[in-house]
Amino acid sequence: MKKLLNTLFVTLPDTYLALDGENIVVKQEEEILARYPLHNLEAVCTFSYAGVSPALMGACASRNVSLTFMTRTGRFLARVIGEDRGNVVLRKEQYRISDNEERSARVARNMITGKLYNNKWILERATRDYALRVDVERLKKVANSLGETMKLLREVEQLDILRGLEGSAAVQYNSVFDDLILQQKESFYFYGRSRRPPLDKVNALLSFAYTLLANDMKSALESVGLDAYVGFLHRDRPGRASLALDMMEELRGVYADRFVLSLINKKVVNDKGFYIKENLAVIMDDDTRKKVLKAWQDRKQDKIMHPYLNEKIPWGLVPYTQALLLARYIRGDLDEYPPFLWK
Amino acid sequence: MKDYNEEDYLLLSGIQHFNFCRRQWALIHIEQQWEDNVRTIEGDHLHRKADQPALREKRGDKLVVRALPVQSRELGITGICDVVEFIRDPDGVPLAGEEGLYLPFPVEYKRGKPKRNDSDHSQLVAQVMCLEEMLVCDIHKAYFYYDEIKHRVEVVITEADRVRVRASINEMRHYFERNHTPKAKAGPHCLSCSLNNICVPDILNKRSVSSYIESRLNE
Ligand code: SF4
Repeated sequence: MKKLLNTLFVTLPDTYLALDGENIVVKQEEEILARYPLHNLEAVCTFSYAGVSPALMGACASRNVSLTFMTRTGRFLARVIGEDRGNVVLRKEQYRISDNEERSARVARNMITGKLYNNKWILERATRDYALRVDVERLKKVANSLGETMKLLREVEQLDILRGLEGSAAVQYNSVFDDLILQQKESFYFYGRSRRPPLDKVNALLSFAYTLLANDMKSALESVGLDAYVGFLHRDRPGRASLALDMMEELRGVYADRFVLSLINKKVVNDKGFYIKENLAVIMDDDTRKKVLKAWQDRKQDKIMHPYLNEKIPWGLVPYTQALLLARYIRGDLDEYPPFLWK
Repeated sequence: MKDYNEEDYLLLSGIQHFNFCRRQWALIHIEQQWEDNVRTIEGDHLHRKADQPALREKRGDKLVVRALPVQSRELGITGICDVVEFIRDPDGVPLAGEEGLYLPFPVEYKRGKPKRNDSDHSQLVAQVMCLEEMLVCDIHKAYFYYDEIKHRVEVVITEADRVRVRASINEMRHYFERNHTPKAKAGPHCLSCSLNNICVPDILNKRSVSSYIESRLNE
C-alpha cells in the first residue's frame, strides 16, 4: 500500500513559501521561519495570502506533491497540478460511463449505498455507545429506515430516482444529527445545512471539513489517473469537481461528520473560537482553524481496517484507496465499485 | 510484412517489463501509470548522453558508439542501445563515413552481477534484431557488461531467441492495439514490483464486490 506522508498546512497569513534545493522554506519578510524537506510531504495546503514561488510550484508539480491555495477563511481557491499522468485509456472509459445514464447509475448507487450504510452505522453506534444520553428509539427509527432505503438502491438504474432516494435519506439523517452533539450543546447545535455562508458553528466546521476532504479526494483521483471533474451522479458543471463530490458521498458522514462531532464532543473547539461576519456568516478564528487542522492531520494517521481489502490502512489513505478501487472497476478488474462500508 | 507507423512503435525497453509481468508492461506502456513515464526517461537519457563528447570513440579496429537510437520497421519497436561496438571484419558491412567493413555488437550495461534473467536477454536480442535490420547484416552474439564485477559476458544469439522475441512483440502489439491491460497473475514477482500499489494484485483474489455488498447489507 502507498505510504501516507505529511501534509504541511501553512496558516500564518503573511508567509511566503519558496524552494531551496530539495526543501520548502517558509518565510516572513526576509526571515526564514521553517524548512521542510519536500520528500517528506504529500501535500501542501496554504491559507496565506503572500503566495508561493513559481520554482516551488514546479517542484511540487513534478514530485506529485499536491499544492492547494485556500482563502483565509478556509474556502478552496486553486490547486497546482502537474503534467497529466497520461492515462488516456482509463479516462476515456470514465467519460463513456459518465455519458451513459445506466452505467453512471450503477456506479453512483454503490457510492450512495456507502453513504447510507455509513450514516446508518453512525446512528447505530451512538445508540450503543451513548444509550443513556441519546433518544435510542428515535435514532433506531432513522437507522432502520436508512437500511430499508439502502436495499431499494441495489436495483436503481436511473439517476433521478437515485437522487430522490439520496435526498430523502439525507433529510432523515440530518433530522437527528443534532442528537449526536453531546457536549457544549448550548453553543453547538444543528438545525440544517447552511453552506454559503455557514450560519452556525456546526455548519462552519462541517463546511471546512468537507473542503479538506474534497481536496484530499481530488488529489487521490488525480494520482490514480482519473479526471476529478467528470462525475457520475453529479453532472458536469464547469469548475466543479463532480467525481470528487461523488466519491465524497460515502465518506462525508464517516470521515467528515464524525470528525466534526469529535471536535465538539471532545471540546477541541469551543464557543469562543468563532466570530460572526456582517453577512451572518460564522467564521472560525485562526487559533481554532489551527486546532482543527492539527486534529485533521492526526485523524489521518489513525488506522482502520479496510472492509473490502481486509487490510489495515491509515484513515488518510481511504480517499486514495477508494480512488484506486474505482479506477480498477473502470478498467474492468472488478465486477462492481466497492464502496467503503464502515461499521 | 507489415510496416508500422513510427508513432505506433513500442518501446524496446518494454520487452523486459513484458517478460517480467504482462500487466506491469501494460500499466506502464498502455496506461502510462508511472511516476515518470518511460518515454521521458528515455528521452532524458538520450539527451544526457548526446551532450557527451565521448559518444563515438575509435580504438584501432574498434569503433564504440554510445546511446545509439535503434528501431525496426518490421517489428515496430524503437529504443536505445547503451553501447554498440563496431568491429572491423571482412564479413562485415560498410558504415557511412567509415572506411572498411564492420560488424556491430550491442553491449548492454547492467548493474550488479550476472544473474539468470530472461527478461534482460530478450531485450538484448531485440537490440540485435534492430541493428540487423538497420545495417542489413547478421549478428550472432552480443554482450552484457556488469559494472559490479567490471566484466562482460558474451551472449550467443540463436534463431530460437529471435522467434521468441518476435512472439513477445506480437503479443505486446496485440494488447497495445486493443488498449487492453491483462489481469494480474499475482506471484512472488509482485513483491519486487514497483507498481504493486497501483496494480493491487491481491484484488483479484478477493471475493466479488457484489457478494461483499450483499453480505454487508444483510447483516
Ligand atoms: S504487482 Fe504483480 S501482477 Fe501487478 S504488475 Fe506488478 S508483478 Fe504484475
